[in-house]
Amino acid sequence: MQTQLPALQIIVPMVAGPIIVLLRHRLFAWFASTAVSVFTLLASISILDHVRTQGAIDYYLGGWPQHVGITYKIDVVNAFMLVLLSAITFVVMLFARQSVQKEISEDKHHLFYAALLLCFTGLMGICITGDAFNVFVFLEISSLSAYALIGMGSSPKAPLAAFRYLVMGTIGGTFILMGLGFLLMATGTLNMAELVKLIPPVADTTMIRAGFAFIAIGSAIKLALFPLHMWLPDCYTYAPSVVSSFLSATATKVSYYVLVRAVFVLFGAALFEQTVRMEAAFFPMAMLAIFVGSIKAIGQLNIKRLLAYSSVAQIGYMVLGLSFGNQDGLTGGIIHLFNHALMKGGLFLVLGCVAYQISSKDSGWQVTIDDMKGLGKRMPLTAFAFVLGGLSMIGVPLTAGFVSKWYLALGALKAGMWWVVPLILLASLLAVLYIWKVVEAAYFQEPPEGAECKDAPWGLLVPTYLLIGASFYFGIFTDPMLSSAREAADLLLTAGGVK
Amino acid sequence: MFAASTSGVSGTNSGQGVYNYWLVVILMMTGLYLVLSRANMVKTVIGLNLFQAGVILFYVCMGRVDGGTAPIIAKGSEWAYSNPLPHVLMLTAIVVGVATTALALSLVVRINEDYGTIEEDIINEKEVAS
Repeated sequence: MQTQLPALQIIVPMVAGPIIVLLRHRLFAWFASTAVSVFTLLASISILDHVRTQGAIDYYLGGWPQHVGITYKIDVVNAFMLVLLSAITFVVMLFARQSVQKEISEDKHHLFYAALLLCFTGLMGICITGDAFNVFVFLEISSLSAYALIGMGSSPKAPLAAFRYLVMGTIGGTFILMGLGFLLMATGTLNMAELVKLIPPVADTTMIRAGFAFIAIGSAIKLALFPLHMWLPDCYTYAPSVVSSFLSATATKVSYYVLVRAVFVLFGAALFEQTVRMEAAFFPMAMLAIFVGSIKAIGQLNIKRLLAYSSVAQIGYMVLGLSFGNQDGLTGGIIHLFNHALMKGGLFLVLGCVAYQISSKDSGWQVTIDDMKGLGKRMPLTAFAFVLGGLSMIGVPLTAGFVSKWYLALGALKAGMWWVVPLILLASLLAVLYIWKVVEAAYFQEPPEGAECKDAPWGLLVPTYLLIGASFYFGIFTDPMLSSAREAADLLLTAGGVK
Repeated sequence: MFAASTSGVSGTNSGQGVYNYWLVVILMMTGLYLVLSRANMVKTVIGLNLFQAGVILFYVCMGRVDGGTAPIIAKGSEWAYSNPLPHVLMLTAIVVGVATTALALSLVVRINEDYGTIEEDIINEKEVAS
């Protein structure tokens, strides 16, 4: 059982999806999805434990050797991602029962949960696999189900957003496929462990450079890195609350993981020996993402869209960590990946609570700044959760957001770019502006007359506080997260021969 | 593993040149141009399909070996055969393409129900007006 866990991680959610569709039962769908997410969470924790005590796991699917079949290679980085993904999914599933009941018509519930599980399967698969082509397959599984999930939003704009995302996402996925084709042509293998060895001898060819360019741009589209982020705000705004939270906490994080793997491990040494530092090409885009995202967020009246633009900015921070190309920067990027998953997932869940109590189907379950007026009186616990999540987003000390910005600043100093530090500080001030805008409406403005004073049900509040609380927990007890992230960064840098 | 990897492309020895790769590029760019330029959503989907077809052909070209036949090995046979791996990979890519097209078209149907049109510029005008 223990030795088969890597495969079961993928197979169980993948099989559960179709079973849910066939049984067409609303409550069973929720129950089965939650049970699956509990299983994967326990399994991934056990895998992480195994990896940290006994070293990386090589799992050969069907017993085929590395050069013939597909391998799952799990090191600290993958295991870390698996735990994060399944933990977020578990919390989102807890939240989903009541929220989905309200936001999605009853005859579609089983389809919704099946798509959510398939999306989860795809994301887990990308993280676990050691075969480059398998990454593409799982990427498409997760993307296709994500388009379907976004299309389930009740606003007429939801299918439009999903369609635009589909067009961008397919181009991104096809770019990755093209890049993998170049790698296959140059080396004759798609196994990542073998690619790492075979790329350096042929690194100085147009084929490898083109391959890198295709893979980097493809994953940048999936990651919504500025200026390829245009699909993201609409998708997060019009998707059902649960989906916004799930995708913002997982999908872009997995794309970041793909990018980091490609830059540091797959192409690693080959890239870093170039005269022009290719990883630094991400720096201007990351900086622009941070500032454009934050400034756009300040102007939004729709809170879901505000958080979506804030996501664009936070993705900028993660890529900024990557672009320094040193251990502190990468550690900062990985910690920020983890933190952002917790706090943005949590903040979108807060909006899910607000939508559950205040919004209506006619507005497509949107939450505007007017809805937030007087929220501190109407829904005190929900409003407080937003404040806590917002503090972490700004990066106040004692929150997880502070730790990641600290390491990003360290990375900038190590890279000899001290002038980036005040810019990071300035960007945090922009975050204060857009978070304050909501907090001000919630606490310093009167609620509209005749408004009910009722907090969200516990079924929604508990998962929300789980995520928000976690971002504080890891801000105060930084050690488990920090040591994992440092270990992961160290491994990424050594595996590709960068260090 | 690949004869192609040393010379960069297959077919160079027999004097065929690299025209098949140029066709791939033309096909991909035609698809991408359609996606970017057309407001009609069905045409966008067609463009995406062309774009994917380009990549599929790219893989198929890659697996070709000069004078190679079908990759069936009998006892004692020593003839050259095409590399089956890229071809098999493309089966998956084709399935992905079909699924993407189906999903895209079903979204177009829903957009048509909601907006009464599948022209993006008309939809944009309606959104600005509302």
